[in-house]
Amino acid sequence: MSTIAQSPAPLEASAPIVKPMPQIRSWKIPITFGGFALGALFLFVALGRGQQGELSTFRLSQARDAIQLPNVALPTFATGIFVAIVLVLLAVLSAWLVYRRTKISIIFSIVFALLFLIGFLAWAASGSTIPVPGLLIGTVTLSAPLIFGALGGVLSERAGVVNVAIESQLLAGAFSSAVVASVTGNPYLGLIAAMVAGALVSMVLAAFALKYLVDQVIVGVVLNVLVVGLTSFLYSQVLAPSANLNSPDVFPRLDIPLLSEIPIIGPVLFRQTIIVYVMYFAIAIVFFSLFRTKWGLRVRAVGEHPQAADTVGINVNRTRFVAVTLGGVVSGFGGAYFTLGAVGAFNKEMTNGMGYIALAAVIFGQWHPIKATLAALLFGFATNLQNVLGIIGSPVPSEFMLMLPYVVTIFAVAGFVGRSRAPAADGRPYIK
Amino acid sequence: MKLELRGITKRFGALVANNNISLTVESGEIHALLGENGAGKSTLMNVLYGLYIAEEGEILLDDVAQKFAGPGDAMNAGIGMVHQHFMLVPVFTVAENVVLGHEQTTFGGRLDLGAARAKVREISDRFGFDIDPDALIEDLPVGVQQRVEIIKALSQDARVLVFDEPTAVLTPQETDELMIIMRQLAESGTSIVFITHKLREVREVADRITVIRLGTVVGEASPTATNAELASLMVGRAVELTVHKNAPELRGTALSVRNLSVIDARNQVVVNNVSFDVQAGEVLAIAGVQGNGQTELTEALMGLQQHVTGSIELDGKPLRGYSVRHILDSGVGFVPEDRTEDGLIADFSIAENLMLDRSSGAPFVKGGNLQLAFRAKFAAEKITEFDIRSQGSEMEAGRLSGGNQQKVVLARELSRDLRLFVAAQPTRGLDVGSIEFVHTRIIETRDSGIPVIVVSTELDEVVALADRIAVMYRGEIVGIVPGNTPRATLGLMMAGEHSPQTEAAL
Repeated sequence: MSTIAQSPAPLEASAPIVKPMPQIRSWKIPITFGGFALGALFLFVALGRGQQGELSTFRLSQARDAIQLPNVALPTFATGIFVAIVLVLLAVLSAWLVYRRTKISIIFSIVFALLFLIGFLAWAASGSTIPVPGLLIGTVTLSAPLIFGALGGVLSERAGVVNVAIESQLLAGAFSSAVVASVTGNPYLGLIAAMVAGALVSMVLAAFALKYLVDQVIVGVVLNVLVVGLTSFLYSQVLAPSANLNSPDVFPRLDIPLLSEIPIIGPVLFRQTIIVYVMYFAIAIVFFSLFRTKWGLRVRAVGEHPQAADTVGINVNRTRFVAVTLGGVVSGFGGAYFTLGAVGAFNKEMTNGMGYIALAAVIFGQWHPIKATLAALLFGFATNLQNVLGIIGSPVPSEFMLMLPYVVTIFAVAGFVGRSRAPAADGRPYIK
Repeated sequence: MKLELRGITKRFGALVANNNISLTVESGEIHALLGENGAGKSTLMNVLYGLYIAEEGEILLDDVAQKFAGPGDAMNAGIGMVHQHFMLVPVFTVAENVVLGHEQTTFGGRLDLGAARAKVREISDRFGFDIDPDALIEDLPVGVQQRVEIIKALSQDARVLVFDEPTAVLTPQETDELMIIMRQLAESGTSIVFITHKLREVREVADRITVIRLGTVVGEASPTATNAELASLMVGRAVELTVHKNAPELRGTALSVRNLSVIDARNQVVVNNVSFDVQAGEVLAIAGVQGNGQTELTEALMGLQQHVTGSIELDGKPLRGYSVRHILDSGVGFVPEDRTEDGLIADFSIAENLMLDRSSGAPFVKGGNLQLAFRAKFAAEKITEFDIRSQGSEMEAGRLSGGNQQKVVLARELSRDLRLFVAAQPTRGLDVGSIEFVHTRIIETRDSGIPVIVVSTELDEVVALADRIAVMYRGEIVGIVPGNTPRATLGLMMAGEHSPQTEAAL
């Protein structure tokens, strides 16, 4: 290299300056908090007067735990009043913070939500006992298909293909795992069949979206309807007449030695089926491969700026096809939960809209595998809370409880999370 | 590395984009490819880069014929490209963008970003770029993003570098710095192809000039040729390079802006306490580097921004806080910065686009019904008046050339009864002929007694049109100076330095 005559001076950033003073106040959080605080006053104080003198018991251990934690009993009405007052104070505090233009941290929101939850549980369980480990174990179990679905969705959407077809991938996985596990008598082969089925469904999505440039949302919806129709037809024509095609072995719960003896956490995380254990690995692998590997960098590049990827010699459509297919493998595996992890037989439309909730978790989780997992856990918790409260006979009408997961979704998205940004080229086919 | 193109022909259906083009770039030479928009320069370069496959002709590097099936092949052969629209992923870091497609991995398939950072630092030190490998692209100014593009090409050992309209997004200072970088690269033996339609830059930096018109090479020129010679070669006829205008006939203050501030959705102050007046019958040009608040200022004038404080008065009547409809009805005409995004609906016909902001009542709509006959007549008139080259008023606006699209926007806005005309980047990306037309129209509007605001990042345009110039920097007006202020002073003001004349002019 020859000598350099003169080096250009570094450019000064021409970005606008951030000034702390005249910021826009967003009243979203205080309004949401205020709504919940008023709800708490109404429920726990006004409606809770009839519960005076009653106790709400929280059971922290299961009978077979090595370390037994004592039950916690709270006086229902007093707890309700205390929680409602604290919530009102927190709501006022948040309004004051917004008025002062101070940022409200996520911790503040989490504390608020937890307090409301404790108050609600105490109120709903007045005079009876809430099994806390059971509530949480069920949360993890029920979240499993949501998490697998969300991970599959994240993989596909990060590559730039909108995956509305999670529902059909779950359902195809559920169906084929049941049939293959029944016929071969080997549930592990059922898991493989579930992955293959999910992959096949997502290959149809990928082919139509990438090769024939059909609108991705439409292909996704059509696939969902198609798989419902196909599995229901096969169920009533083939499975229903011959029961031995639809009686797979269910995976038993496996206790992990030592880890399963940790109070509360142990039973929740380490007394699960193999499907849940695979899920832990799946979360880690999806995160690692998306954000720490060459492949992941390329997948995210084709999802954000396919042309830039093309100009550095990356085959955009092949990368997308592979990512979408792998997404189908993950979602399909999640479908096996319904048959091999829970029910023990395939039923018509047994995924029951879980794929759409998984899609919501993808968006709520900002297209990030870990955040999407947390979002899926939240939905799982709301669903299981409804089950548990139904069993212990709480004063809440069951119809209201059925709404709970969806109400939680709406409030979580609107009140507690900021705007989320999709991959820039999500849903847009790449045409040279 | 010596690059040679022999008889390249590329057709798109019936259209011949490149017709038998031959070109030689010697090692260490800066070869300018000059031509108007749509002359076929970019097509030629996409052929060279493997994005298109040419029907005829061959590409030779150091006298060896090459076959490129895709950009990967071209890159491996040593061709690098700095694209006009940067090929950078905005949410990735500099290092991630530089290694994309050529990633090195460590144990377990982990991405080796350490090596990538070292590479970025090494190249950036060699040219004095001062780039943080971990900065996110979307946080960097465009000038720095372009340097990342250069680093990206150099990290692949490119020995032929193609710059596709590199100065379109740069300030005068950044342009000068880019010229120095190109010289440095050429001195180190890199061959450079420099595609542009700006004459001054070509004469400043090129060793040789090839002019392309309508897909064919029309001539070679040396850098000593005059602007007029190059322009007539490029356009095919003699071109007026200056705008003829008389002294403005001032008719009193029409628009008065006081203490205007705009806060954007990300809570940043993008326009900070700006005050200025525009008299009826004058052109106030707002100069400044892209992204210093000009966009938001014009949007605030139009009522398109949400959080605006201060006052805007047109003919004594307040405009701030009113709806866009009210502002349009008050007689504000607006040519938005991005004509394909905000100025037109590409899938609508020319006639539909011409009535886009007049759908609320007569004469285009009566009793809820579109007056199709009136619209057709109106469109036909405007197509003739504004010389819109099209296949009739029912042709989709998206199929028009950039210059003709801009004429549609101008025709729509100028055919209303205006009290103020705001034109943002009115000639961005247009060919010389269209620029001439737009400039003439703007001066005619001024002369009819309408106050005009022209926002432009092109110093040439500002100097050609302005009676007074307001320079914006970081959301503030650095100063308002007369139209005949020297370029050097304007350049300094665009970098934030206050001018001594500022106070007097306010």
